[in-house]
Amino acid sequence: MEAMGWGRYPKTTADLIQPADSQALQKFISSQKKSASCIGRGSGRSYGDSALSEQLVSSRFLDSFLELDEQKKTLRCGAGVKLGDILKVCIPRRLFLPVLPGTKAVSVGGAIAADVHGKNHHLDGSFSNYVKSISLVLASGELVTCSAQENAELFRATCGGMGLTGVIVEANLSLVSIPSSYISQRSLVANNLAECFEHIEDNASSKYSVAWLDCLATGENLGRSVLYLGEHAPSKSRKTDTLYRERSGLGVPFSTPSFLLNKTTMSLFNASYFKLQKRKKSSATLDCDSYFFPLDSISNWNRLYGSNGFLQYQFVIPSDSALEGITTVLEKVSEKGKGSFLTVLKKFGEANENLLSFPKAGYTLTLDFKNEPALFSLLDELDQIVLAHDGRLYLAKDARMSEEVFKASYPNWESFMAIKNKYDPSNRFASLQSNRLGLTQ
Amino acid sequence: MKVLIIGATSAIAKASARIYAEQGCSLHLIARREDQLETLSSDLLVRGASRVSHSVLDLNKFAKHEETLSRACSELGGIDIALICHGSLPDQEKVASNFKQALKEINTNGISVISLLTELAPIFIEQQAGTIAVITSVAGDRGRQPNFVYGAAKSLVSTYLQGLRGKLLAHNVNIVDIRPGLVDSPMTAQFPKGPLWSSPERIAQKIVKSIHRGSHTVYAPGYWRVIMFIVGAIPEFVFKRLKF
Repeated sequence: MEAMGWGRYPKTTADLIQPADSQALQKFISSQKKSASCIGRGSGRSYGDSALSEQLVSSRFLDSFLELDEQKKTLRCGAGVKLGDILKVCIPRRLFLPVLPGTKAVSVGGAIAADVHGKNHHLDGSFSNYVKSISLVLASGELVTCSAQENAELFRATCGGMGLTGVIVEANLSLVSIPSSYISQRSLVANNLAECFEHIEDNASSKYSVAWLDCLATGENLGRSVLYLGEHAPSKSRKTDTLYRERSGLGVPFSTPSFLLNKTTMSLFNASYFKLQKRKKSSATLDCDSYFFPLDSISNWNRLYGSNGFLQYQFVIPSDSALEGITTVLEKVSEKGKGSFLTVLKKFGEANENLLSFPKAGYTLTLDFKNEPALFSLLDELDQIVLAHDGRLYLAKDARMSEEVFKASYPNWESFMAIKNKYDPSNRFASLQSNRLGLTQ
Repeated sequence: MKVLIIGATSAIAKASARIYAEQGCSLHLIARREDQLETLSSDLLVRGASRVSHSVLDLNKFAKHEETLSRACSELGGIDIALICHGSLPDQEKVASNFKQALKEINTNGISVISLLTELAPIFIEQQAGTIAVITSVAGDRGRQPNFVYGAAKSLVSTYLQGLRGKLLAHNVNIVDIRPGLVDSPMTAQFPKGPLWSSPERIAQKIVKSIHRGSHTVYAPGYWRVIMFIVGAIPEFVFKRLKF
């Protein structure tokens, strides 16, 4: 079948294997000849080529809840369970996932493999910080459990390890209590990037914090933005406190012609969005889906970029030089006449101990670009800016970074390789991305 | 509501059980593999089922049907909905040339269901209420070359259901014959998928809805009624030459 990531670039042909349970998965991994490489795949929400290989091992049928302990606030479930399904069972019990990425379609296995982060990274860290233990099938077909205490090196390589150590089948997650399912949102308008940074720093104690940027604004307006701050809304002691409404809105049934997304339409959208937000009331109460997953309300929004797909470019730069680095990136993007439809800025807290996890203390900017030939040289130039500021790119979004850039920016790659070689010496688990980055082959 | 699901670990059954669990129903599950039943039970409890019990049974052991069903009935305290989902998709080439294999497949997909229905009918007659829903297949509508052993077993069940529906009408019991088209599940893992394929979750939604409505024969998704009407309208002299 034709396979691709959420960015619809690159595309490849692969065999899809959907084991009915972990035993079937073990059998598949151990019985197959070692020449074919495979990689675990959850919801297919990584953007680039990290879940593409010759064989894709789907967690689709590993989607059972195993145990929910309301007292201890823990949930044990299969790797194929989607975060949205977890919210559906947890919110009525006033429990919540401590870290939520921008889409609830992500599977638990994928969230661990990419060690995803949310709007609260500056306070709470990333997804795997709340993973108590993982069961995964190794290249030998053996099922092992690992955690920060047990098989710790395997745990540190698997969280954020992009599926290269084995296929995650099960995880035990910590949950947190919430007063209600609603979010009180405050929005602050910033007229340029420096102002936005000030707003973020001034509100560093806000639980959730993320800024939308008008990437096409230039000159003194460069980096004009709206910062959204969120807190869990207090309980109103009503039944509606724990109501969870799934928002399903419009869908994009097919790829729209990519010329619709050009500089004019994008700057129109960005400028009018900014003006609209500027006039809007600065505080509001939103339901959980609208705050955390605004894009989920348009299913298959990735098709808006046309049949060639798009590339997301997310990097982090340490705080000291973040303002300078991000300014340079934005200037470079507008100098090349490229635009990003949705540009998002947020602050990261300290890095965790995982070997390939993306987040580290600093600021992260996410841009998206329609896939076109001229784009790749621009992104290479951006890589150099990011490297010069001691930054790095997010593997879950990457589809084109070079091996040199990767190895220069992920200093723990050699320690990761040592563990990878120990558990998977013949590189049974490999993705197009890991081949490109020199982690396999 | 009290729901009995037979062949509970199949993809469609699992998806249907989850919908009933979310509604807070009490469920009894019957399937062959205990480990899978245990996983499914805990899954349903987390999703909101008020109570879940299960029985381990190889459905080809007809002699055990009565005992297992009466146990299920007493565990649940009556049955509002019985959903029969088990089945297997044989390799036509193998079963067409090997009667032992064919018999096994016809037993699994056909005779075992008749046995279960025979035991279930008195339970429902005594209750004077309830719904029995059985998953058959569009393959039972017309015998096609690639799967007529499977199709024959399924049409055996469909014909039986038509008669049983009439018989149980006076007892306020409804019979739903659910005929899914192509479903993307572990049973069909070896087939390449196209636009006509649907997910087990989509079929399950249709099942729950049609049980609630009191439908009779249901194609899932609905467009299969049109497709099978057209397939049924093809004259035999043409049809016998078709390989699909």
